[in-house]
Amino acid sequence: MLQYTIRRLFSLIPVMFIVSIIVFMIIHLTPGNPAHLILGEDASEESIKQLEEQLGLDQPVVMQYVNWVKDIVTGDFGQSVYSSEPVLDIIIGRLGPTFSITIVSIIMILVISIPIAIAAVWKRNTLIDPLFISISLLGVSIPEFWFAMLLVLGFAVSIPLFPVAGYIPMADGIFQWLYHLILPSFVLAAVEIGLVARMLRDGMLESVNQDYIRTARAKGVKESIVLMKHVFSNALIPTTTVIGAMVAGLLGGTVIIETMFTIPGMGQLLVDSIYRRDYPIIQGVILFIAVVYVIVNLLVDLLYTFLDPRIRYD
Amino acid sequence: MLKRKRNLLSIGILLLITIATITASLWSQTSPSFIDPTLRLLSPSSEHWFGTDHFGRDIFIRTIYAARVSLIVGAVVAVVATFLGTVTGLIAGYYKKADSIIMRIVDGMLAFPALILALALVAALGGSVANIIIALGFAFWPIMTRIVRAAVLQVKNVQYIEAAKTTGASDFVILTTYILPNILSPIIVQGTFTFARAILAEAALSFLGIGVNPTTPTWGNMLQEAQIYISMAPWFSIFPGLGIVLTVLALNMLGDGIRDAFDPHAKKQLKKRKKVSQQKYA
Amino acid sequence: MLEVKNLKAYIDTPAGIVKAVDDVSFSLKAGETIGIVGESGSGKSVLALSLMQLNPSPPTFYPQGEILLEGKNLLHLKEKELRNLRGNDIAMIFQDPMSSLNPIFKIGTQLMEAIRTHQNINRAEAKKKAIELLKDVGISDPERRMNDYPHQLSGGMRQRVMIAIALAGKPKILIADEPTTALDVTIQAQILDLMKDIQKKYGTAIIIITHDLGVVAQLADKIVVMYSGRIVEEGKTEDIFYHTAMPYTWSLLRSMPRIDTSSRERLIPIQGQPPNLVSPPKGCNFNPRCPFATADCLKIDPSLTERGAGHYAACILSEKTFEEGKLQLENFETKGVPL
Repeated sequence: MLQYTIRRLFSLIPVMFIVSIIVFMIIHLTPGNPAHLILGEDASEESIKQLEEQLGLDQPVVMQYVNWVKDIVTGDFGQSVYSSEPVLDIIIGRLGPTFSITIVSIIMILVISIPIAIAAVWKRNTLIDPLFISISLLGVSIPEFWFAMLLVLGFAVSIPLFPVAGYIPMADGIFQWLYHLILPSFVLAAVEIGLVARMLRDGMLESVNQDYIRTARAKGVKESIVLMKHVFSNALIPTTTVIGAMVAGLLGGTVIIETMFTIPGMGQLLVDSIYRRDYPIIQGVILFIAVVYVIVNLLVDLLYTFLDPRIRYD
Repeated sequence: MLKRKRNLLSIGILLLITIATITASLWSQTSPSFIDPTLRLLSPSSEHWFGTDHFGRDIFIRTIYAARVSLIVGAVVAVVATFLGTVTGLIAGYYKKADSIIMRIVDGMLAFPALILALALVAALGGSVANIIIALGFAFWPIMTRIVRAAVLQVKNVQYIEAAKTTGASDFVILTTYILPNILSPIIVQGTFTFARAILAEAALSFLGIGVNPTTPTWGNMLQEAQIYISMAPWFSIFPGLGIVLTVLALNMLGDGIRDAFDPHAKKQLKKRKKVSQQKYA
Repeated sequence: MLEVKNLKAYIDTPAGIVKAVDDVSFSLKAGETIGIVGESGSGKSVLALSLMQLNPSPPTFYPQGEILLEGKNLLHLKEKELRNLRGNDIAMIFQDPMSSLNPIFKIGTQLMEAIRTHQNINRAEAKKKAIELLKDVGISDPERRMNDYPHQLSGGMRQRVMIAIALAGKPKILIADEPTTALDVTIQAQILDLMKDIQKKYGTAIIIITHDLGVVAQLADKIVVMYSGRIVEEGKTEDIFYHTAMPYTWSLLRSMPRIDTSSRERLIPIQGQPPNLVSPPKGCNFNPRCPFATADCLKIDPSLTERGAGHYAACILSEKTFEEGKLQLENFETKGVPL
């Protein structure tokens, strides 16, 4: 287990190398002079030169990369071209809303998908199962932003139950915080609910025909306990592998959801920065998201080996 | 039986949308960009089936035309990502030395959620249909590489391939005539899903205002415009969205259907089940 | 104590209705051991699972018959009554102890679950009982073994754990479905010895299901031979071995090594495949594979007839024809005398 953890940590080195190259390349993929692009057509020669220097664009590309990596390792992500504030500070300032919306989403996903999956397996010989399959297929086929528009239409406009915009920090009252998060988090969760529930259901259906389930029944254990304890726990292990995909979906989704619900998180920051061509921030946010995602995948892998005693004790 | 009907239904939906959008100018005199301020935000009627938008343009016609960009982007991205992923996956699965290099790159790229990577690339390259295709193709190929590589590893050591090697067949011949035909089904299935995901991603990028030029009718662009009229003119939001859902749902159902039809694992399971029911229970 | 009367268990498959158990009757007295023998596909496992109502249903259904345990018909019990019976009155162990134990729970947890399902006791008491049970089935250092996962045990130990789980409710009947098939030969003998000991200590009646007549020879008081869902011969163990009255039983005996006869004797596998149970052959089900089949065997579907005290067989051949046939066949095989 320890050996595996160490090996897994070492495997992150090449991954992070590729990640850094891709993020670094963003500014160099732009057609023409990035400084020109940022400052606009009628910027003076002098200010362009100044920005080039600030961004290090006047040096050879390899040197630029090395310097950039050095800066990042020491926590210097550069400055925003737009506001001149340090990129890292701006990102940290935006973490709260994104973190809140993601956490509430994950809780919603678990609270909704687990009972649905259990119900689908419990009543697997009825119409519930094909209905469940159809809904989960529909779930991955609906664009998040359109689903959000429909919810806004239904909930906030016709039956005004939930606010459709804005974010209240938790410090200003936990109820208001949660109240404003319900709609955006639910939209974010909706797609993933289908994914997770489907995976759980497939895992449970696989497990339900295993010999050890027959053993549990032969002991005289109640069917509900057989399902919840024996079948469900075994289905949980393969389900952990979709957590990575789920987090990717959530991170991608926050970009859209935060923009739609005017939540000042990282996703909104990214979109705004793209409008403003604020490349240091674009790079910073994308690097940050990649790092978070890599760490999540690492934890998922470790969780997987931890949950399965056959691997844990190898 | 039910599954076959579902596949036929999916193919039918896709054909209908494709034919409708290709032949749109033949059966409709209305231009998708025809502006008439007197017809602003009309609700659906026999004249304007899906109503009109804030410029008085016909939403039905625009929804049909918008399918062009979505289908082109989706199809080209699917082809590009499938091609890149298949080539790299074949090489990675077949040659041990290339494997570690290719897979490190793939792992690095998979460290980004696909939509975020596409967003960053479009931000750098600028939003045009070609750049969106490049960005999405780039974002979606690593998954294909992984799937193809895994499939190659599974069939690589099968006896007839070993046998082909001993007859002196070149690697190229082995890869293209022995391995590739045997792993086509996962490639086609993943290609179909990529098609669906690319349509969703293009719509999302356009919706965010960093996709296809806003004057071009696409489902994402239409929804972006519709957003502020959501309570005033809900039809403006509903119909373009239905276009996306219908297309993507048909593709996802088709992908599921192909997988069920070709998956050797599923087939084996079925056979096994039959065998069990006849022997063990017999 | 247990009486199975005219039981039918059919399975509804895409290929048609499989008559897995077709009109089977037998009985079991307290403390007795009965062996149910047959090839894979003879319906013996479905029969065993029927006794606990553990066949997946659907597709399995019971169009006819009774399973009477002390007068109660198990086919008519409610789910809750069945749960009370499973593990408590009847317990079962299975062929593959690896797949029969839940891989993600400690064996102590799985054993204690069996104990606490039927006895209203606290965890500490259950743990004490679990350790005792593990000791009873011959597991050394049971306190530590409680914390092991199934994959950490050897095959023989896993089967011992399965037996301990089965004994947790002090059942009146223990059903063992191919309990030694998945184990090494030396371990097989140990597990069989353990079952004998347990029977002595707990007075449990045992139904042992196997394809291996060697296994039942050591254990069983009575043997039931099954072929294509039916009983084709039934009797005391000596009768089955020494007064074999049905060609199928005889073929089974010839197909396995025997300790009691000369080791030079050849092993002769049974020719052919078990019949398709969706559309079984006309006449006697065994006729396509029977070396002695006559024209009548293609027409007449034989029923069980008494051959001695408590010895029944389903075959229309007279004892004389059967004996002559055997002799002729053996002469042909050993000396090449033409048939």
